[in-house]
Amino acid sequence: MSIKVLHPGLLTSIQDIGRYGYQKHGVIVSGAMDAYSLRIANLLVGNEENTAVLEITLLGPRLQIEEDLLIAITGGDLSPTVDDVAIPMWRPVYLKQGSVLKFGACKSGCRTYLAVGGGYQLPDVMNSKSTYLRAGIGGFHGRALKKDDCLMLAPLHERSARLMAQLAANKANQSFSASSWFFGRHHLTQQSAIHVIRVTRGIQYDCFSNETKQEVFNQIYHVTPQSDRMGYRLAGKPLMLAKPLEMISEAVALGTVQVPPDGNPIILLADRQTVGGYPKIAQVALVDIPKVAQVKPGGQIQFCEISGYEAEELYMAREKLIDHVKTAIDLKLIEG
Amino acid sequence: MKQMNQTVAAEVEYIPLGEAAILVEFGKAINLEIHRKVKALADYLDNNSFCGMIEYVAAFSSITVFYDPLAVKRSNSRMKQVADQSAFEIVAAILKNLVDQLDCSTKNNPNIIEIPVCYGGEFGPDLEVVASHNQLDIDEVIHIHSSGEYLVYMIGFAPGFPYLGGLDERISTPRRQSPRTTIPARTVGIAGMQTGVYPIATPGGWQLIGRTPIELFRPKQHPPSLLQAGDLVKFKPISLQEYQEYEGESQ
Repeated sequence: MSIKVLHPGLLTSIQDIGRYGYQKHGVIVSGAMDAYSLRIANLLVGNEENTAVLEITLLGPRLQIEEDLLIAITGGDLSPTVDDVAIPMWRPVYLKQGSVLKFGACKSGCRTYLAVGGGYQLPDVMNSKSTYLRAGIGGFHGRALKKDDCLMLAPLHERSARLMAQLAANKANQSFSASSWFFGRHHLTQQSAIHVIRVTRGIQYDCFSNETKQEVFNQIYHVTPQSDRMGYRLAGKPLMLAKPLEMISEAVALGTVQVPPDGNPIILLADRQTVGGYPKIAQVALVDIPKVAQVKPGGQIQFCEISGYEAEELYMAREKLIDHVKTAIDLKLIEG
Repeated sequence: MKQMNQTVAAEVEYIPLGEAAILVEFGKAINLEIHRKVKALADYLDNNSFCGMIEYVAAFSSITVFYDPLAVKRSNSRMKQVADQSAFEIVAAILKNLVDQLDCSTKNNPNIIEIPVCYGGEFGPDLEVVASHNQLDIDEVIHIHSSGEYLVYMIGFAPGFPYLGGLDERISTPRRQSPRTTIPARTVGIAGMQTGVYPIATPGGWQLIGRTPIELFRPKQHPPSLLQAGDLVKFKPISLQEYQEYEGESQ
């Protein structure tokens, strides 16, 4: 029994929190673009936060549910439906065997996360189930999902099974039933057209011209269609160095904003390479990576400077929030 | 030795790369001396990570250490003197202390790894370009390339991709005017003063001179990269028949 792919969507792949510990061998981290949504989705169904989920991009898949399931959908809102009835996000949902889970119009964000209770039964490659598309490893045979793929599921934890049984009992005449409780504080609530992204100064910030040092935090960038899981390519007024710079390749990190010779910055994301030789003008605060990951090509981004200390404090606060969510959900799962 | 270590420490810079990584910069040049320092710290971190450390990336003249700020703070929160410090400050202090005691004097014997290469033909469509650019004949290019001993400065860009030092200037050749959209895995190339092997299929502008039958990226083995920073590489010319025999054996 499993989930069968009737239509794969644009780019649907298995991702977890990422493949750590192998960057020194040139192996990229990969993992969910919006790791926050992945972690919450897992907690909602009683999984470990790092369990592999489906990352769904812009055009969602159509999935045949071949066994009773406990799921949670988080991240961008791609109008999920079950047997053509809209289902809510950010909460546990029971799906009846034989139903069809489908995604439609993109209402907010652009990446959706589908966690299933127990997770998917797939082998670990270098301690991770994340799909590394270019090397063809991890996830489901190292590739994005295709029509007729069958995803096998791992057994549910006992407490998740209990929650599923309760939800199943409440399903009335529908193919699904959602919990009344949900997690509602998330990063997709901001509705303004320009996404304000907090950044710290990059290692080579001082090598840029005075004008560029000002402009980088003032101007509005467009996310170009060449953006992908490796990085978001931004277009704006070109960023210029004060004088030519001989760079020796060094490591890059999640959220590094590097500037190639054409002056258009690139924000490095989940599938970034391990090292780079372009100057780094800024570094996106880790708490704002999920926000970046949900901006569609064509969207607008503005950088807002914060200090390294502030970035660290924001990170700590985010981790504490997730800890609280975990405790609260644990209580719900125990109480039922 | 102590005195030398102090000079090592004095030149080192500790720079934040965001709130979860720190760049330890040993200098701003590509040379053997700096490489030894990078290697010494890498070797140390391989055997002694600190609480909250996730991994590191060794480059030409720097090591970047990735860490979890929360785990770093928590593991140090009981120590009064660091209670007010940021995770970055704590990690910088740990690494400074390490680098101060780093011993770069021990000359370890590098691993020498021989990579068989079938030069030219469909595997090396640019061999003639390299030869004519340098006014050599093809056999001379093969001879020069396979007589060299190349130091692996770092691994990166692609899984298992080695940045090699030591290419003979006599066969140095600029990149192609227009990059190829895909270069098959295991292809050996030259670009400027660099040579290397593409472990996985990727686009690229290097001059392609041959192909090896052995895998540089082996995701099912540990470590997954055939080559490690600090290794020495030698290329050994093989015939097409030998190439096919190698491939046959590995299947």
